[in-house]
Amino acid sequence: MGKATLWGVAAWLAATIVPTLLLSDYHLFQLTMVIVYAIAILGLAILTGFNGQISLGHGAFYAIGAYTTAILMYQYNVPYWATLPVSAIVCAIIGFLIGLPALRLGGLYLALTTFALAVAVPQLLKHNALEPWTGGVQGLVIDKPDPPFGLAMSPDQWLYIFALAAGAVLFLLAWNIVRGRIGRAMMAIRDHSLAAEAMGINIALLKTRTFALSALYTGIAGSLGAIVVQFVAPDSFGIFVSIYFFVGLVVGGVASIGGAIIGGAFIEFVPNIAEKVSKAAPGAVYGVILIAVMFLMPGGVAGFIGSMFARFRRGTKSAELRPIAVGGSGANDVPAGVPGGAEPDAGGHRSM
Amino acid sequence: MRFGGVVALGGVSFDVGYGQICGLIGPNGSGKTTLFNCISGFYRYTDGDILFEGQSLKNLGRHRMAGLGLGRTFQNVALFRNMSVRDNVLVGAHHLGRSGFISNAMRLPAVRQEEVQASGRLHDLFDLLDLNDLAERRAGSLPFGTQKRVELARALIGGPKLLMLDEPAGGLNHSEVDDLAQLLQRIRAHFDLSILLVEHHMNLVMRVSHKVVALEFGLKIADGTPEEVRNEPEVIRAYLGETKDMQHAGAA
Repeated sequence: MGKATLWGVAAWLAATIVPTLLLSDYHLFQLTMVIVYAIAILGLAILTGFNGQISLGHGAFYAIGAYTTAILMYQYNVPYWATLPVSAIVCAIIGFLIGLPALRLGGLYLALTTFALAVAVPQLLKHNALEPWTGGVQGLVIDKPDPPFGLAMSPDQWLYIFALAAGAVLFLLAWNIVRGRIGRAMMAIRDHSLAAEAMGINIALLKTRTFALSALYTGIAGSLGAIVVQFVAPDSFGIFVSIYFFVGLVVGGVASIGGAIIGGAFIEFVPNIAEKVSKAAPGAVYGVILIAVMFLMPGGVAGFIGSMFARFRRGTKSAELRPIAVGGSGANDVPAGVPGGAEPDAGGHRSM
Repeated sequence: MRFGGVVALGGVSFDVGYGQICGLIGPNGSGKTTLFNCISGFYRYTDGDILFEGQSLKNLGRHRMAGLGLGRTFQNVALFRNMSVRDNVLVGAHHLGRSGFISNAMRLPAVRQEEVQASGRLHDLFDLLDLNDLAERRAGSLPFGTQKRVELARALIGGPKLLMLDEPAGGLNHSEVDDLAQLLQRIRAHFDLSILLVEHHMNLVMRVSHKVVALEFGLKIADGTPEEVRNEPEVIRAYLGETKDMQHAGAA
């Protein structure tokens, strides 16, 4: 426990200091966006990966978080850091309200309903009635925050450190939730909701609160994204944002906390890589990369790492026990997939 | 209890005493599982009532049953397939905890306390049911018989007063059924609980039950000690058929 905390703090310090000193502002900006997307995907992972409620509309919460921050900063001069808790609360409330009808909709129907939300939100943001706050089609431009206490660093350096700190806290809290009583209840509902109920889990309560938590995470990501990009406009929150989050979720590993970081890196960097490979058809290259990842790592990258790790451990163990374990560990030794999670094809998405 | 115009269960009345193992038998379609689902809250019944320690179970939400002290297993095993054996069993202790999202996120001392208590109970059960080596295995990857043991552990960790088992011997071979009979007796001795056993396997029911209730077409046809029920003409008729020349001795 103490050792793990120490390692965690050390890793976090290293991730803070090393890139800040070595990377250019542009590359730091990219890394900051990886963190932002990772937080957004983490929100989706809590809902879809751990609780089995599919959302194809999380871009809507990202947009709402981004606009909450932009409006507070632009219209009311609220400091950037103070907008984060506000947008967390706003998105949690909206997420809870959307979670209510979601109780009656299982699986694919919920996916479609959330998709409808993602389609509707950019249109609503353009609406005339909201224009005095949202700036309509033009959107809002906000200032890049300066480093506090007169620290001698660029705004990009400071934002990277700020986002990393926020991300570390959010990932730690999520990890605590999924490994405890609440996280087990979430996964129990995902795997077998009737049995979960028989164990005393109040499904309606847990699902709506999980939806709220999920929206909170993705909303905070939207806020950070708005601060980093310094600009919000309805057209930057189209349905493709939701789809990218979903892609990042599946690539990283649906029921995995660490997978969200990999997913964030994927949606930030892979389009650039695709562009470098082929200027003419980056979309095709992107598709090929995506299919290749799914074929090679059907449990997502985190699932792949998890099963490699399990194989490695089993390898060393069976080497010790070789004389006994000849025929013993055979038929039922299916690779365990994601540590503490689901292979997507093995029922991770089953929700009703 | 009706499904459309069909009376699946009508006028069945019996009680399970403290510390008893009560076997519920009957041919296919006799209403055993319907009755089971009424007690565990999975079906809403309209007429009559079911009392547990004097309290009516009518109109109680399904998730309230565990808290009252009703634990159950499922006919075809309903484990959380993608979770580890350890996590499966810990879910059974859900209703003993009080911690919510925020205290879990901060991992407050109360949450740690809950986890310590739950894992204490977990280790006792793992010893009793011989699950120690499987704690981190994915539940869905285990053989059927082992999954049934995991399910039993999951039902027991919540400290039920009435343990309801829906065909625990289904799909088990001869020696596994023997082990199960011993295990049920060990469980009853080890924990302060009553057991309601719904079972096709006559041999098992007759061996472990203090009391047996027999159903046919949703009606009770016999009720008494295993010896009494075994010799009840109605039960013999229901199981072996009316015509004596049919040789279905092993039909149970």
